[in-house]
Amino acid sequence: MRIEFDAALCDAHGQCVIVAPELFDLGDDDDAATLLDPQPGERLRGQAQAAADACPAAAIALAAADKLPR
Amino acid sequence: MTQARRIVIAGAGLAGLRAGEALRDGGFDGELTVIGDEPHPPYNRPPLSKQVLTGTMDPDRCRFPADRIQATWLLGTRAAALDRARRTILLHDGRQVPYDGLVIATGRRARPWPGRVPPLGVHTLRTVADSLALRRAVDPATRVAVLGAGFLGCEVAASLRTLGVATVTLIDIAPHPMPGLGPEIGARVAAMHAEHGVRLRLGTTVARFEGRRRVTALHMADGTRIPADVVLIALGSVPNTEWLAGSGLALHRGSVLCDTHCMAVGADRIAAAGDVAAWPHPRLSEPFQVEHWTNAGDMAKAAAANLLAAPAHRTPYTPVPTFWSDQYGAKIQSAGLFGHATRRTVVEDDPGSGRLVVEGDRDGELMGAVTVNRPRALIGYQRALAASPAPAA
Ligand SMILES: Cc1cc2nc3c(=O)[nH]c(=O)nc-3n(C[C@H](O)[C@H](O)[C@H](O)COP(=O)(O)OP(=O)(O)OC[C@H]3O[C@@H](n4cnc5c(N)ncnc54)[C@H](O)[C@@H]3O)c2cc1C
Ligand code: SF4
Repeated sequence: MRIEFDAALCDAHGQCVIVAPELFDLGDDDDAATLLDPQPGERLRGQAQAAADACPAAAIALAAADKLPR
Repeated sequence: MTQARRIVIAGAGLAGLRAGEALRDGGFDGELTVIGDEPHPPYNRPPLSKQVLTGTMDPDRCRFPADRIQATWLLGTRAAALDRARRTILLHDGRQVPYDGLVIATGRRARPWPGRVPPLGVHTLRTVADSLALRRAVDPATRVAVLGAGFLGCEVAASLRTLGVATVTLIDIAPHPMPGLGPEIGARVAAMHAEHGVRLRLGTTVARFEGRRRVTALHMADGTRIPADVVLIALGSVPNTEWLAGSGLALHRGSVLCDTHCMAVGADRIAAAGDVAAWPHPRLSEPFQVEHWTNAGDMAKAAAANLLAAPAHRTPYTPVPTFWSDQYGAKIQSAGLFGHATRRTVVEDDPGSGRLVVEGDRDGELMGAVTVNRPRALIGYQRALAASPAPAA
């Protein structure tokens, strides 16, 4: 699974860190969150989708091939 | 309600979209219909008072990717009435949409000024059209008065100053801006606006609007007059629930009253989510509602899952409410039920870096926290609040 993260869009409020602590981190002085693992294992799919949904800046997306069929 | 074949979502905002996605994720493969009265597919509102207003974000970029769900979108279409006996929604154009399951996600709209206002120059801000109209109405010489210094009014004042509008007056009856967050945060926010040249008129209110066709000034209760070419009314919001009149659904202060499972009280097939919903919280004696972004998505997911589940398998929705506000690059964030604290304690205050952390407790129990420029601390509070067991209120 591949996560696309656009740091230029990030507002650095940290919603992603709350819902996906194994995938994102953020310090107080950071201008953007840090994606810890752009190609995590399937185990973290739930966290990855939750981070994409929770990001108010639409800075996080699952790569097209990885989107769940809805 | 596992046998639903037709689910209807009323309201095509963030909550409506996330409910639809969660229904599909949860295995619902029947007919899904989304009814939205705005002409657009779901879009993101927070930039409307920030980047869209300052012109740094194209409004098209606010659109959520909505192609992930298979659904029939009835856009530009208003739900006009709910007939629960016939399990049908009546649309404003006379069409009828039957359902086995319904998610109510019609959100809120700006609260209007209770008195007479001139037809021109007076704005509210809820939709992308409102944001563009406000932007078109101002240039650097426009005198703008913002009525209400909650998060929306404060953000608009900041954005207008960023746009170079010289005369921006921010008015509130409270003694400080962001009144819901207490005097400590309020003092910081007031200082930020003063430093950026916003004229603050606090502890006073408007007696009447001057201007027959176009607004020319506000007359204040204290007898002063504030000349204004444009006025933004930012006095909070009201729920879009008029269409539910006569349906028998219980309302709490106009919002759809839900149980802890996001199900409308007394209605097994109807859930509600987002700004339009009220529900009981284990720490509060009265139902509450949250008018912020994160709750709209989270509650919609919970509502959708519970709508698909058999009653015995539903999960209570007990979030740690959170919101953020951006003003002049400062990040103001809140976690928990800060407004219900009986005591506030400043635990960090560094005007140099702009950092400020205020905790709120009730009889020693942490209720919530508000931070400025301390996202890391806010994450810590959010985790602590999520981990602490909620006692019965
Ligand atoms: C300018 C602005 C800035 C904001 N900034 C922030 C912020 O910085 N941080 C934060 O946490 N929150 C912010 N918010 C709040 C956040 O946007 C809302 O909490 C969120 O939009 C709620 O989503 P919702 O889907 O419940 O309701 P809404 O977004 O209101 O969507 C409901 C939709 O249903 C439609 N509808 C209403 N009645 C009917 C009907 N009868 N039939 C069909 N459709 C109907 C409405 O037109 C609307 O499109 C902001 C809000 C605004 C307006
Ligand atoms: S949720 Fe989005 S905007 Fe917020 S810190 Fe994470 S990536 Fe950045």
